[in-house]
Amino acid sequence: MEVPILKQGAFLIATFQAALSDADLNQLRMGLVQQVVKFRSRAVIVDVTAMDVMDSFASRTLREIAHMIRLRGAETVIVGIQPEVAFAMVQLGLTLEGVATALDLEEGLAYLNDKFRTAN
Amino acid sequence: MPKREGPPTFPEANREEPSELLRELVAHLRQNRTQLREEWVVRITETRLLTAMTKEEIFAEATSVYDSYVEALETEAFEALQAYARNLSERIIPRGVETHEVVGIVLLLRDVLARSLFAKYQTDFKKLNRILDAYEPAANRIANTVAVGFVQERERVIRQQQEAIRELSTPVLQVRERLLILPIIGVIDPQRARQLTEQLLRGIRTNRAKVVVIDITGVAAMDLTVANNLVQTVEASRLLGATVIVTGLSPEIAQTLVTIGVDLGKMNTVGDLQGGIEQAERLLGYKVEKLAEPR
Repeated sequence: MEVPILKQGAFLIATFQAALSDADLNQLRMGLVQQVVKFRSRAVIVDVTAMDVMDSFASRTLREIAHMIRLRGAETVIVGIQPEVAFAMVQLGLTLEGVATALDLEEGLAYLNDKFRTAN
Repeated sequence: MPKREGPPTFPEANREEPSELLRELVAHLRQNRTQLREEWVVRITETRLLTAMTKEEIFAEATSVYDSYVEALETEAFEALQAYARNLSERIIPRGVETHEVVGIVLLLRDVLARSLFAKYQTDFKKLNRILDAYEPAANRIANTVAVGFVQERERVIRQQQEAIRELSTPVLQVRERLLILPIIGVIDPQRARQLTEQLLRGIRTNRAKVVVIDITGVAAMDLTVANNLVQTVEASRLLGATVIVTGLSPEIAQTLVTIGVDLGKMNTVGDLQGGIEQAERLLGYKVEKLAEPR
């Protein structure tokens, strides 16, 4: 399953679909970093609104994506984690530590704009 | 050899069916309804049961209980009786009637009716035995059914009240744009902790909150489970993009958290609620300025 990646100025927006297989996640990890390199993006927003479940593999993959993207000098923000999913995640100890999060796409963009405005 | 003479025997009446016997005793109980019911009410007052109710109320309820009792004997429809018992309980529990009173009055009725059967059939011992064989199991089943119905209703009421208390006691309050306050008061058991977290997360999403102040001034004590729940609540809130400030940690709870080894680095804590709100406002970019003295 292809995950759509849209370019929004200096940012990339990747929208996760509901049921992503491990293979999809692996493919995405490589794909996203390549896109960051290609467009010299400053940040990636990963929108997981459609995900109603987040297992440890998906969670680890997200952290790895953020880590790899940071090595390229870019920021990652995860947005759209649903309350039920968040609750289940913390019970399993999946806290996405070290990765920025925001309520939704709008908040994610606001966070990034804020961050880059104060940085400049 | 003189013939051994046994006690004189009456000619055996035709053995009646149990259902016939039941019909016969039900008819007797109906016929003597007024008198037996009166006797029962007297016994109730003598034993000082149903003191929460007036004489008129006792009489009214006694009438309906008596009729239901006799009907249950007749029809053996125990589901209907249980429904009646729950209904009755719904009426009298708010009046402060206790379980032992309900069981007590049903047993008194059983006894009053049994005595009346003794009186009627005292000349025919064998028949009395057969009548009691029919009466006793049914009467015991009735007492059981009514008691169980009453207790079930009480448990239902208690569950309902607990739910209401739980809901009332975890309000998620929006005090500014993007700022929620969750004051926690009382005892937190794992169930309540879970409900709290779910309610807060839903509130964060609905109100698009960026900062949450959780005030635990009103929480008396905290154990490992609850402390972990608090940490999880903070972590889950972050996943929704909200920062949590915990305020009102008592010295005891602070000690507990340190002893347990909760990573307080994960938690943003401020002394009291006022301080917490002030910090929240700063985080959100508010500045509060006093313009004039209060009149």
